[in-house]
Amino acid sequence: MQELIVILVDGLVFSSYLFMVAVGLTVIFGVMKILNVTHGSFYAFGAYMSATLIGAYYETDLPEFGGFLAIFAAALIIGVFFGVVLERCLLRFLYHRDEHIIVLATFAMFLVLEDVLLMIWGTDPYYAFEPMALLGSVDIVELTFDVYSLTLIGLAGVVCLGLWLGLTKTKWGKLLLAVIFDREISQAMGINVTVVFTATFVIGAIMGALGGAYIAPTISVSPGIGVEVIVLAFAVVVIGGMGSIPGALIGSLLVGISRAAAVHKFPEIELFVIYAIMALVLAIRPEGLFAPAQARKI
Amino acid sequence: MNIYKRSGKATLLLATGLAAAVSLTAGIANAADEVVMAVPTFLTGAGAPAFGVPARNGAELIIEAINKGTLPAPYDKSGKGLAGRQIKALIYDESGGGAKQVTEFRNKVQKQGVDLFVGYISSGTCAAITPVAEELKMLTIFPICGTPRIFEEINTKPKYVFRTMGHATADGVAEALYVKANMPNVKGYTGINQNYAWGQDSWRDFDLAMKQLMPSVPASEKAQWPKIFSGQYGAEISALMLSKEKLVHSSLWGGDLEAFIFQGSARGLFRKKQLLFSVADTSVYRLGKKAPAGAILGARGPYGIFAANVDTPLNNWFRKVYLDRYSVPPVGGSYQAAQGVLAAKYAYDKAAAANGGKFPSKDQVIAALEGATYQGIAAKVHMNRSNGHQAATKHMIGVLQWDKEKGEPIMTKVTEFAPDCVMPPSGINGTEWLKGGMKGAKC
Repeated sequence: MQELIVILVDGLVFSSYLFMVAVGLTVIFGVMKILNVTHGSFYAFGAYMSATLIGAYYETDLPEFGGFLAIFAAALIIGVFFGVVLERCLLRFLYHRDEHIIVLATFAMFLVLEDVLLMIWGTDPYYAFEPMALLGSVDIVELTFDVYSLTLIGLAGVVCLGLWLGLTKTKWGKLLLAVIFDREISQAMGINVTVVFTATFVIGAIMGALGGAYIAPTISVSPGIGVEVIVLAFAVVVIGGMGSIPGALIGSLLVGISRAAAVHKFPEIELFVIYAIMALVLAIRPEGLFAPAQARKI
Repeated sequence: MNIYKRSGKATLLLATGLAAAVSLTAGIANAADEVVMAVPTFLTGAGAPAFGVPARNGAELIIEAINKGTLPAPYDKSGKGLAGRQIKALIYDESGGGAKQVTEFRNKVQKQGVDLFVGYISSGTCAAITPVAEELKMLTIFPICGTPRIFEEINTKPKYVFRTMGHATADGVAEALYVKANMPNVKGYTGINQNYAWGQDSWRDFDLAMKQLMPSVPASEKAQWPKIFSGQYGAEISALMLSKEKLVHSSLWGGDLEAFIFQGSARGLFRKKQLLFSVADTSVYRLGKKAPAGAILGARGPYGIFAANVDTPLNNWFRKVYLDRYSVPPVGGSYQAAQGVLAAKYAYDKAAAANGGKFPSKDQVIAALEGATYQGIAAKVHMNRSNGHQAATKHMIGVLQWDKEKGEPIMTKVTEFAPDCVMPPSGINGTEWLKGGMKGAKC
């Protein structure tokens, strides 16, 4: 019983991490039909900015818990800046192009931003462990967990709920759903699709940056972290269905809990769990668990 | 008329092309009085902070000192450069994988006139480069990569490829010997190692050595295998904390190691379990007090923090100039890369002396290095395995502590292992040697 509960807790923590890194990617794809490889850069820049701001904050004599604000400030700064700049200066010129061209363009930007990151922060790792140390630990079924990682579950829950409420209960969300459903008709009905696109990309970028910013206190923020994340995020989004927020949620839970179970019961297959689930889902339902099937022109 | 015109244009184009080619050639032409040394190391990506950049720093310092002739004893009387010629170093990024590095290797040899390579950190890159170096007859010194496969499987009769430090088998044997001596009552062991060649080799060799040295102590069937660069170890830490084994072996390195330490510390893992880290020296200075005091530590030999108290002119000079320039003490990678460059210094100078003072040929340099014993920064390097192409050095394992007075991490309870105690003898595969009871080990 203890092991079962521990698997559930570990699984939920990892699922929350997966959801945080995947949700921005799926939001952008859902509205703009862009497979945004630059998402990994948003994550990495978010983590670096977070570590920098947290470090600077704890150099001051300000209240300790204020350091958490640095995390959200980092996500906002990075998300808004890169979201606006990339969408306005690059992507808007490519909307009429084939989707493969856009993927290549975002991949190129990802490579450029990896080097920009090195130019700004260099190769030395950055640490920002203060927020994690501040929250301490708690015992669950006689096993110690750090509270900071558990708060990730809450953050993912808030983000998920916020997105759901925003999409279904607000005028803005309904406009967004209309654009998702049919871009041309929405435009014909007077919806300003350009503004919707920019806003969506910025929201997606903030989500990606928030994932990195919130994870920063638990890791060594060092070169290459964006590469790993983009692979994981793609896997989750593919499992859940491209562009589906409930899909990202269910995909994250499926992968997170399966991986935790593998770690505890069959650790040697941990590496394959994510990709085994992805292969299985693609074999049975190629469009993913929650994306509607679409006819393709050949 | 038109023909003449076209002809004139063609001539102009040809002339421009030739001029460009000549200019390009001039740009990459190497002076006759210099030795072009390519130094590939990780300058970007996850391998850069832990190994790549410290290795570049170590190599840079030594190359500069060799060129100026300012190396301390025993190299203080050997003159400037390699056999009198200045080193022109081409330091470049190892990232991108084996295929890319093989292309880069060929490019450097065939288009940039490189005379020798001293570098490569990843075992995967070394494995890919070895056959190409032999094919192109290029003197190549691997200072760091750890896989035993280089001379045990990929090339059992090397001529142009050397490795100037011990391989992963030595790490596993030294660790197991240390556990036997210091934890005689241990009842079992488990591990957390990255699921790729380095992690698998490290666990296999430690496990095989433990089976020989402490046959009654069982290994866990649930050793952990996280993906390399995963960075998230919540479930693995839970599994380790729930396991009944007290001893945990780990060859995590770089960002993965540091993330594991942060996440493990927050959950009290290091109070509950005895961790044994193969290569954690890469992080201890950076982590400072955050490094887990009480953990058993290795540095893949007598390098980094283990060399902190080696009182020789060469080591004292190296640590001082490194600290002055980079504001951090040198770690394992810094020492190992510097040791690789020193192999070139030793071999060129020795070959020149045997050649009547004239600059030696490549074959003469190779002959000088084969089977040689030379002074590394912190210890002697014995090139006495695999036809004189594989080094054996002493190995050191100890327990990490925080020195409050000095305000820095230190090693305590250090045990030194002789080269012939931890490295398999020539002509035998490391795995077979371990399975056969480590016959011939002189401990």
